[in-house]
Amino acid sequence: MQIHISANDGVPIYLQIVNQVKYLVASGRLAPGEELPPIRVLAEQLLVNPNTVARAYRELETAGLVTKRRTAGTYVSDAGSPLARRQRVKILTERVDALLAEARQLDVAVDEVVELIRQQDEKMQLGPKAGETP
Amino acid sequence: MNDLDTKPPETVVDLRGVTRRFGPTTALDDVSLSVPRGTVFGLVGVNGAGKTTLIKHVLGLLRAQTGSVRVFGLDPVADPVGVLSKIGYLSEDKDLPDWMRVDELLHYNRAFYPSWDDRYAEQLRRTFELDSAKQIKQLSRGQRARAGLLAALAHRPEILVLDEPSSGLDPIVRRDILTAIIRTISDEGRTVLFSSHLLEEVERVSDYVAMIDEGRIVLCDRLEQIKDSFHCLTLRFDAPQSDPPTVPGALGWKGADQEWTAVCNGRLEELQAAAAEAGARIVGQRVPSLDEIFVARVGRTCPASDEE
Repeated sequence: MQIHISANDGVPIYLQIVNQVKYLVASGRLAPGEELPPIRVLAEQLLVNPNTVARAYRELETAGLVTKRRTAGTYVSDAGSPLARRQRVKILTERVDALLAEARQLDVAVDEVVELIRQQDEKMQLGPKAGETP
Repeated sequence: MNDLDTKPPETVVDLRGVTRRFGPTTALDDVSLSVPRGTVFGLVGVNGAGKTTLIKHVLGLLRAQTGSVRVFGLDPVADPVGVLSKIGYLSEDKDLPDWMRVDELLHYNRAFYPSWDDRYAEQLRRTFELDSAKQIKQLSRGQRARAGLLAALAHRPEILVLDEPSSGLDPIVRRDILTAIIRTISDEGRTVLFSSHLLEEVERVSDYVAMIDEGRIVLCDRLEQIKDSFHCLTLRFDAPQSDPPTVPGALGWKGADQEWTAVCNGRLEELQAAAAEAGARIVGQRVPSLDEIFVARVGRTCPASDEE
C-alpha cells in the first residue's frame, strides 16, 4: 500500500492516511476484501506514531470503508464499490468547487468553463501530444 | 500498543514546579509536566530553551533547586540505580568512551543493566552495520549515533530518553532513530521522551508535545488537541486596512491592505465570529503545521527550519 505522508503541510497525519486509503479504494488499487497492513507495520513504514495509524483505521471503519475481522486484521469492505463511486464523485466535487471558484475569480462564465472541459476532453482523446496544455 | 482513548494514563515522568538557575540565568522556570506511560512525548524549543536541562533533571544528573522530579515515582537523584536501570538514554553529543571498541562498549553497558538482551543487541548491531572490532573514535558521526542508540535500546528500557537525537545526522540514521521510537511504543507500556528542534519529526511521532521557551513551558498538550486548537486563517476586508485586524487568539498577522493571514488559537466558530465582527470574510482556512504553530506561539523559528 503506497501512502506518502508530509508533516509539513499542516494536514493532520491521520487524515492524510484516511484520505489516501480512500483514494486507493476509489481508484481500485485497494480491492474489496484486501487486507490493510497491520498498524505497527504501517507505522514503521510511514515513520509515524502507531496511535495515529490506529486512529486512521478507526475513522475508515466508521466511514464503512474497512472492516475489522475480530483481531485478525483490517480489510477493505466488500461494500466497497458503491461507496467507492460515491467517494469518487465526492473527490471530483471538491475539484469542481475549486475550479468554479477560480473561474469566478478570473471572471469566466460557467458555460465557458463547461465548453473548455469539453474541448480539453476532445484534445485528450486525440492523444497526449495534442492534449498538451500551454 | 496502548490505546489512548480507553486506558487512563499512568504517569512515568512527573515534574512539578521545577526551577533551575545557573548563576544569573534561569534555565528552567517553574516547569511542570507529566509524561503518561505508553506515549511518545516530544519536547521542542530553540537551542538554549532548556530542553537539555530538563532532561538532565529526569536523569538525576541535576538536582531540582525548587520543585520535584519523579520518574516511576522515584526521585532520580536519591535513587539513581532504581531510575537509571529503567531508562535508555542517548545524549545530544552521543558521548561514548572513544577508546572502546564497539564490542567492548556493549560488554561495558550490559554490566549495568540486568535486563540487557544479548540477542537483541546483536540483532541491532547487524541492522546498524556496526563493526564489533572498530574503535568508537573511528566511527563516522552516523555510526557513532547508531552505537549510542544500540546501547540505549539493548536493555529494553521502560522509557527511552533521547536528547536531540537527530541533530547533525543524515536522513538514513534519522530514520533509524524514528524507527526506534516507533518500535519502543509499539511494545505495550513503553514510553519515549525526546527533545528535538526538527518539528517535522516531532509531528510524525509524538502523542504529546511540550513547547519550551526561555525555560518556560509555553504550550503542553496532546498533539491532536494542539492541532485542533490552532487555525491558519486568511481574512479579507472590503477596504484596505492600515493596521492588522483585531481577533482574540491571533498570533502575529502577516499581510497588508485587504488581506491578512495569521495562525490563531481558539475554537473555529469563535474565530469566525470575531473575524465577522472585525468586518472581514475568511477567504482561507487550513490546519497549520506544528512548525507554524511553534513559530506563531514562540515568536521565532527553530534553527533547523529555514523558512523566514
